[in-house]
Amino acid sequence: MAQPKKTQTLNRLEKSPTGIRGLDEITGGGLPKGRPTLICGSAGAGKTVFAMEFLARGALEFNEPGVYMSFEENAEELIKNFSSLGYNLDRLCSRKKLVIDYVFIERSQIIETGEYDLEGLFVRLEHAIDSIGAKRVVLDTLEALFSGFHDTFVLRAELRRLFRWLKDKGVTAMVTGERGERTLTRHGLEEYVADCVIMLDHRVTEQISTRRLRVLKYRGSSHGTNEYPFLIREDGVSVFPITSLSVDRKAGRERVSSGIPQLDDMLEGKGYYRGSTVLVSGGPGTGKTSMAAALVSSACQRGEPCLYFAFEESESEIARNMGSIGMDLEPWTRKGLLHFEASRPTTFGLEEHLSVVHKRIEEAKPSLVILDPITNFISVGASLDVKSMITRLIDFVKSKQITTFFTSLSQSAGAPEHTDTAVSSLMDTWIVLQHMESGGERIRKLYILKSRGTAHSNRIREFRITSHGIALADA
Amino acid sequence: MEPKAKTRKNQNKRETEVWELRLYVAGQTPKSVTAFSNLKRICEEHLTGKYHIEIVDLLENPKLAAGDQIIAVPTLVRKLPPPIRKIIGDLSNEERVLVGLDLIPREKI
Repeated sequence: MAQPKKTQTLNRLEKSPTGIRGLDEITGGGLPKGRPTLICGSAGAGKTVFAMEFLARGALEFNEPGVYMSFEENAEELIKNFSSLGYNLDRLCSRKKLVIDYVFIERSQIIETGEYDLEGLFVRLEHAIDSIGAKRVVLDTLEALFSGFHDTFVLRAELRRLFRWLKDKGVTAMVTGERGERTLTRHGLEEYVADCVIMLDHRVTEQISTRRLRVLKYRGSSHGTNEYPFLIREDGVSVFPITSLSVDRKAGRERVSSGIPQLDDMLEGKGYYRGSTVLVSGGPGTGKTSMAAALVSSACQRGEPCLYFAFEESESEIARNMGSIGMDLEPWTRKGLLHFEASRPTTFGLEEHLSVVHKRIEEAKPSLVILDPITNFISVGASLDVKSMITRLIDFVKSKQITTFFTSLSQSAGAPEHTDTAVSSLMDTWIVLQHMESGGERIRKLYILKSRGTAHSNRIREFRITSHGIALADA
Repeated sequence: MEPKAKTRKNQNKRETEVWELRLYVAGQTPKSVTAFSNLKRICEEHLTGKYHIEIVDLLENPKLAAGDQIIAVPTLVRKLPPPIRKIIGDLSNEERVLVGLDLIPREKI
């Protein structure tokens, strides 16, 4: 028999979508509706940005007006700070979608002459909520109360009352708290907010800053438990979940030419799988970029758009170098089929790069993406972070069926398996280029280390770069 | 009501000016009733005849809670003579009230 309906509705926890990129995926739909969520983190971790975006998007995208009760910044400061993130809070206020109430707490002790409660706060909050029919509330940060009032017994009783009151009012509340030394928040707000707790972390390692978010607790809901990196960009917060939490992607069967006919021969005569990942590693000057260019030329000839991320050379350097070996990329750039994005990995942190890559791919919708080279990222992040970043990148491109070609610089002439980053295990095809001496000459050799799903050739071929492009010969 | 004294370097100034006191409450509760009766008594004793008490009920005027930055209830504000002084609680501790209103020096606490 079918399950009784009553049980089914009880099990469903209603969620309030935040609209913050990536956060709704991690939380399975948003924050618990009508309940308080605690966002904690050290100063500068991004709590206020999250909180304000929750309200602004609530108003703009979900037609839920909100009240921002600020205990630290006043309305003008908030409006100014958020205009740089593209939010016109002033207009939201005049359209009655947002109320900002700045609560000033005197730092020096106000003389306490007897019994009191914090009813003034309740009056203000209720008035603000009722004036615009608010469905979302932010309290940033209630901990400020502890510096103005010293009867902790009263404070704690009133905080308990406040959270009961918020639940009764049916608003979805976001409460911020500063990270404590031994407790989650300095004044233990987690005691009162038991439904959902999110922690923000901001680390600076080797001058690169990384921000991470973790859902510590989400009562009644499953949630991603990892640390998710996020960025605060010029249009707000972007959290990066691993786009496919499961690995059940559909495997495609279509093949694309590598742009080098003899290499296609080594790959069952067909080339790479479309949407697969290819890594080419080799020492300096072995021809990695030329292999990338060959692949680009072949794709552009089919009219497919390509995106080339250059992390070492500039667009003109690459175009010039490739032009001199018979691969003219300029016509493709002119036709708008090839777009270059050049930047040094050390300019930003890994997450920033990932974010740029995401954005450009979403804008350009390419069928082929080149990342040349990815080795420089090692200088930016610890190798575990690099692997994590590249894993997420690969998840992203595979979900879009984009063929992705990576080049990697091997440090020594020794076995590339040892000198390469840990990312080779993420690649479907791995091709190695090596210099060797033969008959008094330095020649290059190529071999396919692996190619999943392909009965690839195990032969070592000589890799020749001529003025007419790349040719493979018998070694 | 006695006319307010004009501002001049006059030692009698303190004796002639009228104190403007505002008591913020949230409805008629035991705390607000206690506060008002305590306030009346203290004023009668220390400011005989030269005080004016105004009661502001935040439940009837919720906008003033934000406007005047009132969080705790009851809150007593001395608006005149300047500077503004703010104290909270039901005013049961008379000594603290006097210090808070600047009627006795602070060291006493």
